[in-house]
Amino acid sequence: MSAGTQAIATQATAERKQSGRWLTALLLAPSAVWFFVLLILPLVVVLVYSVGVRAPAGGYQAAFTFDNYLNLPARWTAFKNTLTLAPLGTLICLIAGYPLAYFLAVKSSARWRVLLLILVIVPFWTSFLIRTYAWIFILGGRGIPAILDAMGIHDVRFINTPFAVMCGIVYAYLPLMVFPIYVSLEKLDKRLLEASEDLGASPLATFRQITLPLSAPGIITGCMLVFILLMGEYLIPQMLGGGKVFFIGNALVDLFLQSLNWPYGSAVAMGLVVIMLVTVSLYLRVTAATGGRRDESLI
Amino acid sequence: MLRAYSIFVYLFLYGPIALIVLFSFNAGLSAADFQGFSIRWYQKVAGNSLMLDALRTSFTVALSSAGLATLMGTMAALALQRVRGPVRVIFDGLTYIAIMVPGIVIGIATLIALVTTFEAANAVLAQIWPGDAPPQLHMGYGSIIAAHTLFSMALVIVIVRARIAGMDRSLIEASMDLYADPWATFRQVTLPQLAPAILAGFLLCFTFSFDDFVIAFFVAGPLNTLPIYVFSSIRRGVTPEINAIGTAIMMFSLIMLFSAQLLLRRKSVPKKA
Repeated sequence: MSAGTQAIATQATAERKQSGRWLTALLLAPSAVWFFVLLILPLVVVLVYSVGVRAPAGGYQAAFTFDNYLNLPARWTAFKNTLTLAPLGTLICLIAGYPLAYFLAVKSSARWRVLLLILVIVPFWTSFLIRTYAWIFILGGRGIPAILDAMGIHDVRFINTPFAVMCGIVYAYLPLMVFPIYVSLEKLDKRLLEASEDLGASPLATFRQITLPLSAPGIITGCMLVFILLMGEYLIPQMLGGGKVFFIGNALVDLFLQSLNWPYGSAVAMGLVVIMLVTVSLYLRVTAATGGRRDESLI
Repeated sequence: MLRAYSIFVYLFLYGPIALIVLFSFNAGLSAADFQGFSIRWYQKVAGNSLMLDALRTSFTVALSSAGLATLMGTMAALALQRVRGPVRVIFDGLTYIAIMVPGIVIGIATLIALVTTFEAANAVLAQIWPGDAPPQLHMGYGSIIAAHTLFSMALVIVIVRARIAGMDRSLIEASMDLYADPWATFRQVTLPQLAPAILAGFLLCFTFSFDDFVIAFFVAGPLNTLPIYVFSSIRRGVTPEINAIGTAIMMFSLIMLFSAQLLLRRKSVPKKA
């Protein structure tokens, strides 16, 4: 190759690099604009509103005060319910989901495994609203209570109790717990279980010393996913708790759509986001420590 | 023991759904009153114009937001494989936040940001508009589509990037070696390999938007999407009609979901040019 053609080739590469940079910028521009206008800007607005005051007719009036944050204890019940029922729901999902994940990954025959797994995930992607409604149908006045009534057991109420909310929660989020645990159990080397048995360990000891520690990343991922979604839950407490069992999400709807107290609502929303950020970063630290993978996809 | 427990869990997962489907075909008025098979509630749904309007709105919103999200998300995913450093870190962070922040906070934040912007813009428009009736910006299709696109776009970025990471680079290099220009390489090699992931992303976005209640609840303005309509019907009382609507919605999302699954599970595209 002569010096001339080489120079032309270098120039062409440089030009291509230049146009490649433009292309990259062009490809990223629409999503960057979208993220900025519909994610960053709104979150900044919430932050700004949270230090403002409520206008006399509702809405926002510019101010700089931390009163809204100091007033957060006024909605203590919502925070308390969320911070007790969300971890409790996560725990019940874990206890109910782990045996199923274990069955699917270790005990089920390879022929049925994929089908059984798909059957667990499918409900998660069908209408959330209708699945929650199903429990109104079952627990409501014309459902189980009507059957119990016919059997001679009167005045049983399920709907609008914490029990009903918990039914809805476990029903809605169980698939989300089973899947990551299944993934980590499936990767587990089954020979370890045999070795442990050969060495005379009891099934319980094998489970405690091998299965459980090795499935820890899946347990952590599942718990985190369920917990995060539960923290922002609105529909389940609204439909099955009937205003008696309410979460932060329900308080937010009330503040923004009924009492039109945007600044106070913004402070509550910031409180929720902060709690979640703290939990998520704690989670990242824990997974980093256990060496778990966090990008186990749900699809 | 374990097997029996697993069967119980499957009954728990599918029992309530089966009940809804069963009672949607019940001729009687309530669950306690089973009077045999009938499709009268489906006929009633088919003649319910409010429901049909909501269905049309949901379709429009889901199609537009899924289309926009797939286009922008795929573009971003393609670009992100070529960049390193702060740009990539920022985009990773944004995608992460968009997926992590609860829908209810996204809904509220979008609501107050848009209402504030629209109020200011309407005031300016009223000042500078030459005619008598200046156009008014308000919540509606635009705001729901925009808000749904945000979450969906993050979803597409994650799915398509995962596919790009698992893609066979040697084909691209071969295409370049054979003097195909970058555009031809993209069209003939990259795109066909990414197509299943892109289509699956589209279907998942559609399902998300079609099913979303919480975000739409805040930013829909006067519009009713199907979930908003169903939610307000449930508030008015449980009727067999809701069972029929629910069954139809579940059937529809099942079809979408299985199409997405099939596409994502297909390892390679055997199609020849």
